[in-house]
Amino acid sequence: MNLHVNNISHSYGKVDVLKDINLNIEEHQIVCLVGPSGCGKSTLLKLIGGLEKPSSGKVMQLGEPPQHSINPLTYIFQDFALLPWRSVYDNISLVLEDHGIAKNELKHIINDVLARTKLTEFANAMPKQLSGGMKQRVAIARALSVRPAVLLMDEPLSALDSQTSELLMDDLVSLWDREKFTACYVTHNLNEAVRLGHKIVVLSRRPGTIREVVSIDIPLNERKNHVQALDQKQQYLWNLMREEALLADKELINAD
Amino acid sequence: MQTKESVVSKEVAFRGGGFTHKPIFFIGPLVFICIIALLEWGTSSGWISDLTLPRPSGVAQTLMDLYHSGLLFQHLLPSLTRLLVGATMGIIIGIAVGVFIGLFSLVRAGLLPVVAALFPVPKIALLPLFVIWFGIDEGSKYALIALGAFTPTVVATYAAIDNVDRGYIRMGQSFGLPWLSIVRKIVLPGALPGILSGLRISLAISIILLVAAEMLGANYGIGAYVLEAGSLYDLERLFAGVFILSVLGVIINWLVGIVERRLLSWRT
Repeated sequence: MNLHVNNISHSYGKVDVLKDINLNIEEHQIVCLVGPSGCGKSTLLKLIGGLEKPSSGKVMQLGEPPQHSINPLTYIFQDFALLPWRSVYDNISLVLEDHGIAKNELKHIINDVLARTKLTEFANAMPKQLSGGMKQRVAIARALSVRPAVLLMDEPLSALDSQTSELLMDDLVSLWDREKFTACYVTHNLNEAVRLGHKIVVLSRRPGTIREVVSIDIPLNERKNHVQALDQKQQYLWNLMREEALLADKELINAD
Repeated sequence: MQTKESVVSKEVAFRGGGFTHKPIFFIGPLVFICIIALLEWGTSSGWISDLTLPRPSGVAQTLMDLYHSGLLFQHLLPSLTRLLVGATMGIIIGIAVGVFIGLFSLVRAGLLPVVAALFPVPKIALLPLFVIWFGIDEGSKYALIALGAFTPTVVATYAAIDNVDRGYIRMGQSFGLPWLSIVRKIVLPGALPGILSGLRISLAISIILLVAAEMLGANYGIGAYVLEAGSLYDLERLFAGVFILSVLGVIINWLVGIVERRLLSWRT
């Protein structure tokens, strides 16, 4: 299943946040959205997954999601959004309970996804016992349990320290290697973008428009061996963004 | 340039700390004992006249007599029943109304002004009215206590629902959870801490109103006992009754604490 963002514009009251966005998210590809703070990249992600209604334009699903997919468009949030009163196991169970899945099957899905994300021994832990990195792993496991067609990731590593996010980035790369998932990945971190993105969409400052789309052809699992090429891409992206970021930073925040 | 020896070395002074509390267990009881000892000494030496305060030992004697004569339970049982029935009704209806105000804009717009108007009304003033409506027997007492517990419960409940992290709700929606599941599995558990702390206030107000409710048409009950002692100016019995009410409050607070620890162990 592909997603097509068709001419989307969005505004909050008088403030235009996004303008004329056209974008394709193709199967088995990770599309990264980068841009200066306040450019509307998180808003765009909310529009793509149907958590918000665009002022104009549409998001189209091209093709049917796979039969076995329980929740085709699945988010991973920056703040993890794990319910603190449910254990790791029950947090995953939460998103499966309402789909009429038999008890045994439910158990099987959860145990399988915990094993795939190497969380089996934490099944009964409560969120408050986990570090930030582990919480995000649980959130990733929860997202995988519903067999998404497209993962919508909203700065998933931004709340973590740099060592932890480095580890999780490796996890995501090896996960993509195994499962070839489709994803739209919002980040302000250009290093994450060049490490994980097949396509990197650079947004301008508010109102966000697409400034340029940069493709990287190096396979994800080989990128660690092409440090120089990635550095160049990152530098190129930074040059694109630099001026926008500078101007965005100087803008007064208009209380509306 | 100075030589090495002349460098003054001084430890950096500590200036952090403070502004935090650590539990000190024995101070609380000690303060109580001191106050009681002071009163005992004051009243027995005549420094405090027995019209001002009763002798603590006299109050203790009254309590013992009350216990041995069996009158204690004759007063306590009806009071506890009234408290239990009245407070339970008020709290259950209060939580229900609070949940509806928290979830539906229409209910909120309609009922919030009513609750705001009802909150500051001294419920005691309504007792004569309730006697006419619900009868001089138990009905009016239940109603008064229920109304007293109702308003703070409503306010605590809808405020608790307003305070549930919207990120959790958005997460539920993003996984396609049905509305009822979001309410049942995300909103209500998330609101539970706020609802339980509202419960402490509601129950304390219920005890206050228990005494008021027993002003009319009650032969037995702690409230009736206290009010009778008050009108006869029998200070020892008055203070014995007040002591029982106080203990009742402490026990209820302790019970709510246990419930909180059981249900809210997930909190950091």
